[in-house]
Amino acid sequence: MEMPTVTMQVIPMEHGLLLAAILFVMGMVGVLTRRNLVFILMSLEVMLNATGLAFIVASSRWGQVDGQIMFLMILSLAAAEVAVALGLVLQLFHKRKTLDINVLGEMKG
Amino acid sequence: MLDLLWLVPVIPFIGFLILTLTFGKLPQLAAGVVGAGSIGLSFVFAFLAGSSFLGAELTSYSQTLWTWMSVGDLDVGFTLYLDGVSLVMMYVITGIGFLIHVYATGYMSGDPSFARFFSYMNLFVSAMLILVLADNLALLFMGWEGVGLCSYLLIGFWYKDPNNGYCARKAFVMTRVGDAFMAIGLFTLFVSTGTLNIQEAMLEAEAQWVVGSAVATAVTLLLLGGAVGKSAQLPLQTWLPDAMAGPTPISALIHAATMVTAGVYLIARTHVLYLLAPEVQYLVGVIGAITLLMAGFTALTQSDIKKVLAFSTVSQIGYMFLALGVGAWSSAIFHLMTHAFFKALLFLTAGSIILAMHHEQDIFKMGGLRKDLRWSHALFLIGTLGLVAFPGFSGFFSKEEILASAMANHDGGYILYLAGLLGAVMTYLYSFRLYFLVFYGKKTHDGHEVMGLHLQGPLVLLAIGAVLAGLIHIPVEGVFPEMEEHHPSVMAQAAMILLPMLGGLLAWWVFIKGKVDTEKLAGQGIGATLHRFWFTQWGMDWLYDKIIVMPYTWLAEVNKTDFIDSIYNGSARAVRFCHEVMSETQTGQLRWYAISVAYGLLLLVVLGVLL
Repeated sequence: MEMPTVTMQVIPMEHGLLLAAILFVMGMVGVLTRRNLVFILMSLEVMLNATGLAFIVASSRWGQVDGQIMFLMILSLAAAEVAVALGLVLQLFHKRKTLDINVLGEMKG
Repeated sequence: MLDLLWLVPVIPFIGFLILTLTFGKLPQLAAGVVGAGSIGLSFVFAFLAGSSFLGAELTSYSQTLWTWMSVGDLDVGFTLYLDGVSLVMMYVITGIGFLIHVYATGYMSGDPSFARFFSYMNLFVSAMLILVLADNLALLFMGWEGVGLCSYLLIGFWYKDPNNGYCARKAFVMTRVGDAFMAIGLFTLFVSTGTLNIQEAMLEAEAQWVVGSAVATAVTLLLLGGAVGKSAQLPLQTWLPDAMAGPTPISALIHAATMVTAGVYLIARTHVLYLLAPEVQYLVGVIGAITLLMAGFTALTQSDIKKVLAFSTVSQIGYMFLALGVGAWSSAIFHLMTHAFFKALLFLTAGSIILAMHHEQDIFKMGGLRKDLRWSHALFLIGTLGLVAFPGFSGFFSKEEILASAMANHDGGYILYLAGLLGAVMTYLYSFRLYFLVFYGKKTHDGHEVMGLHLQGPLVLLAIGAVLAGLIHIPVEGVFPEMEEHHPSVMAQAAMILLPMLGGLLAWWVFIKGKVDTEKLAGQGIGATLHRFWFTQWGMDWLYDKIIVMPYTWLAEVNKTDFIDSIYNGSARAVRFCHEVMSETQTGQLRWYAISVAYGLLLLVVLGVLL
């Protein structure tokens, strides 16, 4: 039986990194412009995933697993972070009935 | 018995420890027994040690207790040294000290700080004994500072009155000025001779130094600075009259009989050095002469009974300095001893009068007390006769010796002799002024003699001493260079005895006969000026105020915001400024933090690429 030869089209590294950079900037803009705390957290997740993507791209480019291990670590870290952060957000909302960071910013000076 | 010498200063120190460590909880009787008993016991041991010293016909005896410090060439032992001079001093301190302590148990009776008083007194006696028994100058200096401390504590004993505290501080600071000179003198002596042991240093100095050389002059001048501070001589005498703020037994013990004569003892002890610096030795005599005249005139104008006695003490110590100046070392020590008797007697009797007058010290509010206070009257008269050197009384023998030595001295001693003679006239005048004003004249207040064995007993013993002490022969032959006997002519002797009596006559004529209106005399014209001038100790206090105190306070006023502080304040202000700038960045706005993190990151990346 003849195996069909599949020629995988390799995605160039530059594309992957560009995507990661775009994702990162989008996330950052979200962090900077959003007023709702939940959305800021979501934007933060986007930024984390952008870095994760950059690691994956780099690892496949050089054929090393380090980047993938790093991504797994980022993933678990993000999960833990979200768990804690959402708990805090919930408490904050209970106390202050708002999640607007402009209202919540009290630590002037 | 000589090896018991160490007990003499130690027993009063134990008394001090007992009285201090019981924190005033001891009942008055027990505190009195410990306080006076320790001095009595010390006197017994001093007597035992002294009599076996004299019996063995030794010239000196030293006892090393332990090595105090040993650094390089410096080897200072805690060593006691007994010779004729320190023997006389030891007897005076323990004997008269004991009598004054006994008197004080009566005088201070009922005072809430009775035990504190006696603990200071015992510490004083212990320090004073260390001073006179020290065989090296370091130990002597320790005793010297110890008595200064006790003097301070006791002048300010009634510390609730701020004025007493002021007087105590004044005494402490003034004597400290002298002590600084003395300490430098000791260092110089050590550098030059390589030892602090008094006898060795004397031998070394005699071998090395040229007569009148710079080092001899410097060391003796510096030691003289210490001596004039302690002995209240010109120009550091202004503290002693203020020291009368303390309880009267203190004035008798510290500021008349013992501590203030420490300067005389120091110079007599280091007389070898002064023989090597004749100019300084003459200066000692001149200081004594000026001081005795100045204090005599001032005593004439004072109205406080204790201040009159204080100035007469300054004046009598002036006589001792005069004697040292003309090389009559033993006469100085002799006068020191007789003075201790009659001045302690005068002060303690004055204390009795003050007690009888309910703590009134103004002699113009006394008067006519000779009927009410028979005991005090008789005792005070004996003390006065001793002070004025009435023939037959103790002061006569010692003062005549001094004047005769001054007269026989060829290097300018004649001027000192004349000053001494004029001073003797003044002594008669102010002593009898005091006596007449207190005991004669119109009676204005009733006085009731406070009687008691512990009050009158010591006074009677002191009075016997004040009469007979002139007959004692002090055993100082081995210590001082031989002096030829001076036998002034009969005329000179008669002048020495009779001339001063004119002063007494004048006092009688003025204050008993009332021939001169003293108030009018002192109230107008040149009389008023002179009176003010004398009353203020020839303006010394005023001068010191103007020269030292006022510039100092002016400087303190100008530099109130210490300019060195501005360095530290400036650095604090810079930190505060930075803090304010930085705290502006803490807006509380989350996005500001996020964007600054982003910019920081960007900056790092750019830097990484560029570099």
